[in-house]
Amino acid sequence: MSAIQELAKSPTGIHGLDEITNGGVPKGRPTLVCGGAGSGKTLLAASFLLNGIVKFGEPGVLMTFEETAEELASDLASLGYDLGKLVEEGKLVVDYVRVERSEIEETGEYDLEGLFVRLEHAVSSVGAQRIVLDTIESLFAGLANPGILRAELRRLFRWLKDKGLTAVLTGERGDAALTRQGLEEYVSDAVILLDHRVEEQVSTRRLRIVKYRGSHHGTNEYPFLIDRDGLSVLPVTSLGLSHPALKERVSTGVAKLDDMLSGQGYYRGSTVLLSGTAGTGKTSLAAHFVDAACRRGECCLYFLFEESPQQLMRNMLSIGIDLQQWVKRGLLQFQAERPSRFGLETHLASMQRAVAKFKPAVTVADPITNLLTVGTHSDVRSMLTRIIDYLKGESITGLFTSLTPGSRELEETDAGISSLMDTWVVLTIAEQNKRRRRWLSVLKSRGMAHSDTVREYLLTERGLQVLDGEPEARSGGGSKAAAGL
Amino acid sequence: MAAAAKPQPGYRIKVQTQLNAVTPLMTSSETFLLRLYVAGQTPKCVRAFENLKRICEEHLPGHYHIEMVDLLQNPQLARGDQILAVPTLVRRLPEPIKKIIGDLSNTERVLVGLDLRPARRLNT
Repeated sequence: MSAIQELAKSPTGIHGLDEITNGGVPKGRPTLVCGGAGSGKTLLAASFLLNGIVKFGEPGVLMTFEETAEELASDLASLGYDLGKLVEEGKLVVDYVRVERSEIEETGEYDLEGLFVRLEHAVSSVGAQRIVLDTIESLFAGLANPGILRAELRRLFRWLKDKGLTAVLTGERGDAALTRQGLEEYVSDAVILLDHRVEEQVSTRRLRIVKYRGSHHGTNEYPFLIDRDGLSVLPVTSLGLSHPALKERVSTGVAKLDDMLSGQGYYRGSTVLLSGTAGTGKTSLAAHFVDAACRRGECCLYFLFEESPQQLMRNMLSIGIDLQQWVKRGLLQFQAERPSRFGLETHLASMQRAVAKFKPAVTVADPITNLLTVGTHSDVRSMLTRIIDYLKGESITGLFTSLTPGSRELEETDAGISSLMDTWVVLTIAEQNKRRRRWLSVLKSRGMAHSDTVREYLLTERGLQVLDGEPEARSGGGSKAAAGL
Repeated sequence: MAAAAKPQPGYRIKVQTQLNAVTPLMTSSETFLLRLYVAGQTPKCVRAFENLKRICEEHLPGHYHIEMVDLLQNPQLARGDQILAVPTLVRRLPEPIKKIIGDLSNTERVLVGLDLRPARRLNT
């Protein structure tokens, strides 16, 4: 992949993290994970350790300074890890180190040989290859002499390296530095920063690799999730652009629109953006696409962020599209969720889980603009990128509708997301001769010769009907409204 | 941390053979059961033992029992008493358990740590 000699790595087994680090944390070296309270440090460190045992056959030692072994065991049990069993099997040692300043009097010189003895004993008793210290900084709260502590910490890091242990240490985020006690000074190999932000009442977790000596790594901030499956990082860009490009085409469900897309419709496994102002029929066009897919016997998963499934099906019936039949036959599934119900990360996780479970050929998200109520443009964009990467990896055709506010320029509004899309169909509405007329055009469609005309269409009892030829409006006075797309 | 004078058990002592095994608590005074954790014969550890012995002889003659634990030989014992620092002196009896870390070179602080003398503050 590159000419640079890559370090040996230990996979963390954490979904996404191994991708952005190109294989995991540095093998036989310490990695520092820092972040504020509740940012997921302990969970990340514990996942690294437990995955090491369960997935990679590397025994481990978990030295905890904050939670007791029992507390930790119950926290991790909810993620499906049975600490007690691993301990019994001789693959794991959990050692809770308690330091309480009020119980300790200091007089004269000392060192932390006791800690080293405990580590050594724990490591040798299971033949550990991985070790977690969570969080070593608690020592500073428990012991009064920072001079001794610093010297001993330096000795500890050297000891870890000499032992060839792949270590993950956690540290509390400091005000000015990455960690309160400047642990990052001792760890020269890799530093991962976790962040938990709440913006407009919606929380998002992010992860960033601050430093990774001698290795390529993604430098972005990556959102990550903590749910019942544990921790997973969403490598927004790093999944890469290696998904298969299928030549197969799928109908849009509207014959005339297929014609505009070099006669055959969208590419299978591609992404489609349908954007337009209110009342242009975005959902109707999406319903046509779903209907066509179901007629071919393909499964569809429809994410609704605005309407209920019942409301949508009733509305579509009024233009002659019966979606109910596909639901009954098990070909169509709806997942309706108010965007404000959770943060983007949770939406993303639940969407991904639904797709993984139902394995549809086609998904629709309608409308993605509603997600903007719970995240910024760039957050939504990164979320969509992840969804799209995922869908493409599975060769699932993804159709997204986007509501264009009437007041704003079309391209500007959708610019952020349109670059993620392979095909962009724009729907507009304009008043002309006391009638609201609708026009449709294909703004872009990668990899095919598509029509550059703007066609008028009607929403009829028999669905969306694209009118033949150049719309009359092209030559009329109202043409600017339409042509000014 | 009030400096209010509490009864000081260390001053109500009876002479007892110092190398005795732990004797049951006497009715009117307590035997100090002390455990010193060391890691090999380092100068710090040797110093700590000497200091401890001297202090005990002075302030608890015949009324104490010192147990040495070398963690290099018994590493598994470090966990039980939550030992991190070496040397660590643990007062196991009388309760509550007290810990003093370091080479015990400051006699005053050791006495305070063992509850043989109330903590004194200069500025109060």
